[in-house]
Amino acid sequence: MTAIATPIVPVSDRRLSNRTSLTLTVQNTLTMAWRGILKIRRTPEQLIDVTVQPIIFTLMFTYIFGGAIAGDVQSYLPIIIPGILVQTVITTSVVTGVQLREDMDKGVFDRFRSLPIARIAPLSGALLADTLRYTIATTLTFTMGFIMGFRPAGGLGGVVAAGLLVIACSWAMSWIFAFFGVIARTASSVQGISMLILFPLTFLSNAFVPADTMPDWLQWFVEANPVSHLVTAVRDLVNEGTVGADVFIALLGAGLIVAVFAPLTVRAYMRKA
Amino acid sequence: MTIISSASRTPAVRAEGLVKSFGGNRAVDGVDLTVEAGTVYGVLGPNGAGKTTTISMLATLLRPDAGKAEIFGYDVVRDPQIVRQLIGLTGQFASVDETLSATENLVIFGRLLGLSRIDAKRKAAELLEEFSLTEAATRPLAKFSGGMRRRLDLAASLIAQPPLIFLDEPTTGLDPRTRGQMWETIRRLVATGSTVLLTTQYLDEADQLADRIAVIDRGTVVAEGTALELKASVGQASLLLRLRAGSDIAEAQREIARVLGVTAVVSPEAARLTVPMSDPDRVADLLVAFREAGLHLEELSVQQPTLDEVFLTLTGRGVPDDDEAAHATADDLEGVRA
Repeated sequence: MTAIATPIVPVSDRRLSNRTSLTLTVQNTLTMAWRGILKIRRTPEQLIDVTVQPIIFTLMFTYIFGGAIAGDVQSYLPIIIPGILVQTVITTSVVTGVQLREDMDKGVFDRFRSLPIARIAPLSGALLADTLRYTIATTLTFTMGFIMGFRPAGGLGGVVAAGLLVIACSWAMSWIFAFFGVIARTASSVQGISMLILFPLTFLSNAFVPADTMPDWLQWFVEANPVSHLVTAVRDLVNEGTVGADVFIALLGAGLIVAVFAPLTVRAYMRKA
Repeated sequence: MTIISSASRTPAVRAEGLVKSFGGNRAVDGVDLTVEAGTVYGVLGPNGAGKTTTISMLATLLRPDAGKAEIFGYDVVRDPQIVRQLIGLTGQFASVDETLSATENLVIFGRLLGLSRIDAKRKAAELLEEFSLTEAATRPLAKFSGGMRRRLDLAASLIAQPPLIFLDEPTTGLDPRTRGQMWETIRRLVATGSTVLLTTQYLDEADQLADRIAVIDRGTVVAEGTALELKASVGQASLLLRLRAGSDIAEAQREIARVLGVTAVVSPEAARLTVPMSDPDRVADLLVAFREAGLHLEELSVQQPTLDEVFLTLTGRGVPDDDEAAHATADDLEGVRA
């Protein structure tokens, strides 16, 4: 009976600040990320997409395209595994937006908004927790590749570096889908809009086939597409163990997306608040 | 309504001319409120009156379209982050995480409020004990009853021991026993120095808990005062009179005004008069006066004041019918959540 028996501290004796420090922002984000992981642990069925999709996609694309594009499956693996990896993990980041929308429809977000926490924390925490999902998808894709006979020449270091790069870039991409998650009315419309963006980005890239057979105008788009740079960067890391210029271009693109979409998302979230 | 100016104590809440519109609907249309620190203030009104919208603005969830509001002297628009350090909000709908356990919910809120992991756990255990939720602490909330959820929701608002607590319809939908427990908790909160602003649809609840009450209707405050003052304006109870056919209603109203000095309200179905009854002793005088004036009664009954009566008297019309109320609430919610 001590919880509400202690007298409260008078307002005049409190240290109050209208500013949110960076330390507080990081702390709040980590707490919210921990909440996200607790939620995943409570509802493990929401991990189905990140477990089943990498397995099915890797099998399907490799055996469908392998012979036609590279002559045989074995020589296609170094090309397709990085492509599948990028495509799968980015697709997973769409779910972030959908789940955020569902989460925001619940009363608990009203409480988050009334707490003296960093405004960005409920969003950044959710996005951070979802890197766990990307990690699962990444691990499974590489494992599937390994089972099918893929032996990355870049070694374990290259594979780990490539995985981290893909996770970081997908986290950046998830801000785009988080933005739609905040502004959309329903979770299904988030899914719809996000797929419209996702398909051109992942398929109009060098993820599955080399770009040189495509028409010129399409090649131009594929070249400019940051997803292509990410795929190339992953191929370099995994197959040669080298850090090419594409790594930096991919990171730069990721940084730009965060710089544009994180403030947009937070502003939209605040306006709803 | 009067704004009490006091140099020594800043009021916990001071709102002037708050306005919020959703589309064409002015949900809150110029609300003034002053809540002195250390008191319980009741905002009484039907569904869709603008109670939740008002609280949302005071709790920095919604930005007012016009007017200003201060919490302990801090402006809700200019210093929202300070205001959030001074308030606890318990919504009409339990604002806790369904998929997590009670303990996990409280620990997360505790951590967000800056408690260390150990302190957050200790505080969560204390609060669960306090609200008799210890046994259910590790179960997911999906298995909680409405009353348990509401208790957990209130517990979550008390982690930081904020000096001002907003309770939006804390007992709506609760059974009488749980309602009584909630009232007891609110009283104990005030004993620790908290200020409580609660909204309710029940006159009884406002009467039991609140030091002062504001009656709100269609986004404006239509009356403000202590429970006693409000009741005096409505009458402790109402006398319902149905006149026999042929009797003159206008004359009856004049007699009532002459004998009791109050205005009788003619009910929508006519032929029935609602008379505020401040002194039951004088009803006999009225009946004698009616007899002398040749006015005959079909039916006579006494009704304790209800929200309906307060409204009838204060606004000259009844509580909006259910359809309209439900519609307005839906709009309200959309505004808050959209």
